[in-house]
Amino acid sequence: MGTDTRTLEALVDREYKWGFVTEIDADAAPKGLNEDIIRLISTKKNEPEFMLEWRLKAYGYWSKLEKEQAEPKWANIKYGPIDYQDIVYYSAPKSKKDGPKSLDEVDPEILRAYEKLGIPLLEQERLAGVAVDAVFDSVSVATTFKEKLAELGIIFCSFSEAVQGYPELVQKYLGSVVPYTDNFFASLNSAVFTDGSFVYVPKGVRCPMELLTYFRINAAETGQFERTLIIADEGAYVSYLEGCTAPIRDKNQLHAAVVELITHDNAEIKYSTVQNWYPGDPETGKGGIYNFVTKRGKCAGVNSKISWTQVETGSAITWKYPSVILQGDNSVGEFYSVALTNHWQQADTGTKMIHIGKNTRSTIIAKGISAGHGQNTYRGQVKMLKSAVAARNYTQCDSLLIGDKCGAHTFPYIEVKNSTARMEHEASTSKIGDDQLFYLQQRGLPKEDAVSMIINGFCKQVFRKLPMEFAVEAQKLLSVSLEGSVG
Amino acid sequence: MLEIKNLHVKVENHEILKGVNLKVNAGEVHSIMGPNGSGKSTLAQVLARRETFQVTQGEVLFNGKDLLAMKPEEAACEGLFMAFQYPVEISGISNAYFLRAALNAIRKYRGQEEMDAMDFLPFYKEKMKLLDVDERFMTRSVNEGSSGGEKKRNEILQMALLEPKLAILDETDSGLDIDALRIVANGVNAMRSPDRATIVVTHYQRLLNYIVPDFVHVLVDGRIAKSGGKELALALEEKGYAWVEAEGHTAAVAV
Repeated sequence: MGTDTRTLEALVDREYKWGFVTEIDADAAPKGLNEDIIRLISTKKNEPEFMLEWRLKAYGYWSKLEKEQAEPKWANIKYGPIDYQDIVYYSAPKSKKDGPKSLDEVDPEILRAYEKLGIPLLEQERLAGVAVDAVFDSVSVATTFKEKLAELGIIFCSFSEAVQGYPELVQKYLGSVVPYTDNFFASLNSAVFTDGSFVYVPKGVRCPMELLTYFRINAAETGQFERTLIIADEGAYVSYLEGCTAPIRDKNQLHAAVVELITHDNAEIKYSTVQNWYPGDPETGKGGIYNFVTKRGKCAGVNSKISWTQVETGSAITWKYPSVILQGDNSVGEFYSVALTNHWQQADTGTKMIHIGKNTRSTIIAKGISAGHGQNTYRGQVKMLKSAVAARNYTQCDSLLIGDKCGAHTFPYIEVKNSTARMEHEASTSKIGDDQLFYLQQRGLPKEDAVSMIINGFCKQVFRKLPMEFAVEAQKLLSVSLEGSVG
Repeated sequence: MLEIKNLHVKVENHEILKGVNLKVNAGEVHSIMGPNGSGKSTLAQVLARRETFQVTQGEVLFNGKDLLAMKPEEAACEGLFMAFQYPVEISGISNAYFLRAALNAIRKYRGQEEMDAMDFLPFYKEKMKLLDVDERFMTRSVNEGSSGGEKKRNEILQMALLEPKLAILDETDSGLDIDALRIVANGVNAMRSPDRATIVVTHYQRLLNYIVPDFVHVLVDGRIAKSGGKELALALEEKGYAWVEAEGHTAAVAV
């Protein structure tokens, strides 16, 4: 028993593989947050008046919250106070006046950074059918396949470009799912976000390729505040992938993104994330990313569907609840999640399914893996309003523990106001047992492979919801996140 | 093939094996019998290199190599297979995937080329037929939701596929009905060959009607108290373990 526990500990004790910093000149604002900084961001980005007004309203609301209580305190996570005046809110890579028009114009340093991460930004990607909108330090540096998508009427661009090119769409939908008053971090994001992605799929169009964005945090002490807005018009379909890694830092980095999804009648959005930000020093937990994200979708139309799939392996703290508002009758919401906490990582993650329309259905499959001193919390809310006739929910949350210093916690909130609604909740907690490891090893598998196999089996229900290439990547990521020197 | 010399094993300061000596040659089938708590399963698991046990004295040679220096996966790759008394469940991993991974880990260790799915499947199906296992079984998760009998049959199926040099069956007969017992025994018998040895650990003589051993050893209180041919199992069935225990006691006193 003793030896096995120790070996397991050695196994989960590995260092962040992708720690490196890219040297590029950043055009950065001074530290701190006030109305002038917000005006600066808006001016730098050459935004129309409505954007500035919205940002200022958000800032006003946020300042009030900050004075009253600062961050929300209900989450099962611990961290020191965040000094919001010690953050740089705007930093752009120095580039040619109007930004790069093609890959040739992109800073070679940036391209090299992407290459180290294995990001498929190059031409061969077209063969794989992937279009990339890369966000590097808050400003998009390259967008590919835009023309091909444009033929179908699909808009896939950086948020900045959308503000310039499609202000009426931005004005109509921005904040329609996550208002700037939604929560502390969403307010902050609304005030200071610098870029992100924008997708609009017009009526009746099925997006023929997976849209893919990689985020990467660079430039020391730069908070990242992305904003993503995806709209699927009537009968449209789009699958969107988001993946990220970040370089090693010795200071905590705040990340507060907002993602809004909207589906109209008969439309579907599939949103997949693989997140691998720097989790902090393995020994002390210092220096990792704080990931406070608000992700929400609204099934506005009848028969529409929104599906979230996430594999969360990085960050010191993850605070994230990709949710679905099921407003249209017969609409469907799904949440498939794998969250891994190792070393000193903390995750408080889950989902909210708000059933408003008739016959709305939701499925929640959440898998939490804890190793080292990791603390993993599932927090989920299923709410069925009076109008949600015959609504259904199925929830399954499973926890897997590795070693004896980690923790798993489950907080389900259930609120049902319609007697015809049905909901099911299943939960389990298990440990990777010596018995399982010995069994697999006795069949010839090295211990590391045995652990990988058990974990992949545990996560299978979620992995099979990921697009093929992403699923392979996610499996690798989990093994890498847990591998180490086997004694 | 296997030589155990004066093996002493402890678990949490409790001595379980107190000097076991045993020699098994290729082509032989040995049965180890004994009352509950005599150390039969401990012996099987120590040979399979379970780390829970602490070897305090003795030596074990497996094909001339120091078995006690090997990790469980090394012993497996060297050709040692143990059919578990309580096979574990691996959720989300199909039998076919698991077995191909195991087979390839062993092939890799031996410097052989890994087997791809196209070559593996016909091979797997052939072995399934031998053990009367439905093909749908391939896609089911390892041992998940299986009955006790199905799990045991799966153990023998794995053995047939991995083709070990030394197979150790740890109470494979427990929990089996008579039909399953016959299928399992047929599977084991089909694998008898001049270059393979088998150790059958069992509490009851019943299994030995089907898998006829060349030698029977009775383990009592951490030592082999009596050895003999297959007729020893029948004598035990008739007289009970108390007979050997009493004899062993007398022998110990005499020494």
